[in-house]
Amino acid sequence: MQEAMIKRAKELLADGTVNRVMGWKKGEFVYDTTPAVFETAEELEKEFVCNDFTQANLSKYLIKESRKEGKILAFLKPCDTYSFNQLLKEHRIIRENVYVIGIPGGPKLDMEKIKAKGISGILDVKNENFTLKIETLYGTETMPFYEAVSGKCADCKSKKHVVYDELIGEDGDVLASRRFDMVEKLENMTSQERYDFWRGELSKCIRCNACRNVCPACTCENCVFDNPKSGIDQKAAADSFEENMFHIIRAFHVAGRCTDCGECSRVCPQNIPLHLLNRKFIKDINSLYGEYQAGADTTSKCPLTDYDTDDCEPSIVHERGVE
Amino acid sequence: MFRISAEKLNDLFDRIASKQTLYIPVDREDKAAEYKKYESGMTLSSALNTVRSAKDFFFPQTENLAEFRLSGKTIEVKDIRSEHEDFVIFGVRACDARSFGILDSVFLSEPVDTFYKNRRDHGTIVTMACTRPEETCFCTTFGINPTMPGGDVSVFPDGTGYSFLANTEKGKEFMAEISDMLEEGNPAQLAKVQENTRNILKRLPLANLKTDSFGGERLMKHFSSEKWAELSESCIGCGTCTFVCPTCQCYDIRDFDTGNGIKRFRCWDSCMYSDFTKMAHGNSRNSQLERFRQRFMHKLVYHPSNHEGEFGCVGCGRCLSKCPISMNIVKVMKALEDK
Ligand code: SF4
Ligand code: SF4
Ligand code: SF4
Ligand code: SF4
Ligand code: SF4
Repeated sequence: MQEAMIKRAKELLADGTVNRVMGWKKGEFVYDTTPAVFETAEELEKEFVCNDFTQANLSKYLIKESRKEGKILAFLKPCDTYSFNQLLKEHRIIRENVYVIGIPGGPKLDMEKIKAKGISGILDVKNENFTLKIETLYGTETMPFYEAVSGKCADCKSKKHVVYDELIGEDGDVLASRRFDMVEKLENMTSQERYDFWRGELSKCIRCNACRNVCPACTCENCVFDNPKSGIDQKAAADSFEENMFHIIRAFHVAGRCTDCGECSRVCPQNIPLHLLNRKFIKDINSLYGEYQAGADTTSKCPLTDYDTDDCEPSIVHERGVE
Repeated sequence: MFRISAEKLNDLFDRIASKQTLYIPVDREDKAAEYKKYESGMTLSSALNTVRSAKDFFFPQTENLAEFRLSGKTIEVKDIRSEHEDFVIFGVRACDARSFGILDSVFLSEPVDTFYKNRRDHGTIVTMACTRPEETCFCTTFGINPTMPGGDVSVFPDGTGYSFLANTEKGKEFMAEISDMLEEGNPAQLAKVQENTRNILKRLPLANLKTDSFGGERLMKHFSSEKWAELSESCIGCGTCTFVCPTCQCYDIRDFDTGNGIKRFRCWDSCMYSDFTKMAHGNSRNSQLERFRQRFMHKLVYHPSNHEGEFGCVGCGRCLSKCPISMNIVKVMKALEDK
C-alpha cells in the first residue's frame, strides 16, 4: 500500500496535478507517525509512511492547506472522507484545491493497547497473519492483532469513501457496526450510576484541549473556551464540576456535525471515552429525527439546523428523562 | 542499606500512612498509572511511570491564592494560605526527581513562591530506581542516573524486595520511623540488578541523543533555524506536551467571580496556547510556529542559559508518548543538532 501511494504521489507531483502531498511521516519508532506535507519525490521516498499506526485524521489540516497556493494531494481513509465532506458542507475546505485519493482504512493499531498488556520497551511491531510479533528491549512478545486494534477502528462505521478523486484499493461498504452498544449500556444505567461513570471519567481530564484541537468539527477561529468575552474562558476548573461542563458544552457544539471519526478519544492522554458523549447525540438524532450521518454527503440538511413540523417537541426531554 | 521483602511492602505503606498522608502510583482500570492517596490494600503500580508527572504535588494544576469580598466601599482581602500537612510521595522515578530541582530553581529563587515552598517543605520524596526503562526514556541524555534516583530516600527494587537508602536529613528521619520493619540489605544482589539496568540503558534507542548542540550560546542559531516551519507544521497547539511535562512551570493567574466575591486562582498555562503571555498590546507570539519554537527553545536554550547550563527537560518521554501527532523534543533535537 505504502509503495503504491508513494508511486502515485510522485506521478501527480511530476505531472503538475498537485504541488504538495499530505500524508504521514516516519518517526523514531514504528508507531510515532506525524501528519506531514511533502513537496518533493525525494522527501516522499525518504520519509512517507502508511502503516498500522498512521491513525491521524488529515482532514482538519486541509482547512489551512486548501487556502495555500496550488493544489494538494491528500490521502484519506474512509472515516477521514466523512470529516472532509462535513468540512466542505461547512465551507471550511476549498474543494478545488484538494486532490483526494481514498485509501483503505484500518484496522489501525493503538500502542496504548499493546502497552496495557504489560509489553514495554517496544522496538518494532510486525503483523504476521494477524498475530503481532513485538520486538522489545526485553525479548520478543506476541499478541493477537485484534486485541491491539484502536478503539475507533474496532467500532468502524463505514469502509466506504464518501468523497474522492481516485481510489487506491477497493471501496468498501457502510458497516453494521456495534458502535452504539456502550451508549445503550449507559442509557440503561440509573441516573446515579451514569453520573458516577461520567464523573469518574471526566475527573481524569487535565484540560489539555487535545480533544478539541484535533476535532474536525471544532474549527471556530476563536473557541468560546479561549474567548475572554465569553465568560467561560477558563484554563482550569474554578470548581470541580467545570471539566464536566467543558465536555458537555463541547458535545453540544459538535452535535449534528460530529462524524464519529474517533479522534477525540484517540488523542486523550487520559484515555477518557469522549466519543461516547458524541455517540449519544448521534444515537438520539437517529431515533428522534431519522437516520442521519454527518459527512455522508454535502447537500442534506442536519436535523438540528432544519425545521420540520414532524420534529419532536421539547417535551421529549421530560418524557425520556423519567426513570 | 536496609531492605524489606516484597510481601511486606504493604505493611510498610500502612505504617507510613498511619503517620502522614502517603501517595503511591497505582494502576487505573485502563492500565495507566496515577498517584493516589494510599489506602490500606492498594497495590503499587508496576508501570514505569505515571501519565501525570509528580510535579502536581508541589505545583498543582489549579490552586486558590486569595479571596476578595466587597462590602460597601471596602474590599476585604483574605489570605487563604494555610500550613500544608506533611506528606510522602513514594515511587518517584529519577527523571521526575530531577524535575523538582528544575522547578526549585524557578519557584524558590527570589521572590520565593511561598505556595510552592509550603508544599515542598512538607513533602518527603521517596524515589524508585528503574529496572525496565521504556524505549521513550532518555534521561541519561541529561546526565540522570535512573539506577541512583535521588530524592530524600532512594528505593532499589531487586525482584523480591526493596532496599532503602537515605539521602537527606528528611530521609534519615523517614528511615528512623520505619527502621524496625527493615532488615539488613544485600548489596551484592543489588549491584547485579544495577549492572543489568545499566546494560539496558546502553541499548535504549535514544541512548545516543546528545545535548552538545544546545545551550545558551546557541540562541540565535537555533532561534533563526529554518527547520521550525517543518517541525511545527502539524502541531495542533493542544498543550498536552506541556501539561504532562514534569518541568513545565508556566501558569496564569485569574480572577473568578463567585457572584458575591472574587476568587483569585492560578492554573497551569502553556506556551502552546494562543493567549499565552497575552498583554494589553496583544500577543508576542502570533503563530503556532512561534509558540512551538518557544517550548523547545525554553527547554534547550533559554533554561540552560538562565540556570547555569541546566536543561529544562529530564528525558522522561511523556511528550513522546502523549503528543496526538507524535511531534516531540527528541525529533526537534535531532533536526536541530549539528550534523
Ligand atoms: S484530551 Fe482528554 S485530558 Fe485533554 S482536554 Fe480532552 S478530555 Fe481532557
Ligand atoms: S507538540 Fe504535540 S502535544 Fe504539544 S501542542 Fe503540539 S500537538 Fe499538542
Ligand atoms: S520535554 Fe518531554 S521528555 Fe522532556 S521532561 Fe518534558 S515531557 Fe519529559
Ligand atoms: S514556556 Fe512553555 S515549555 Fe517553557 S515551561 Fe512554559 S509551558 Fe513549558
Ligand atoms: S526516563 Fe529514566 S528515570 Fe525516567 S522512567 Fe525512564 S529510565 Fe526511569
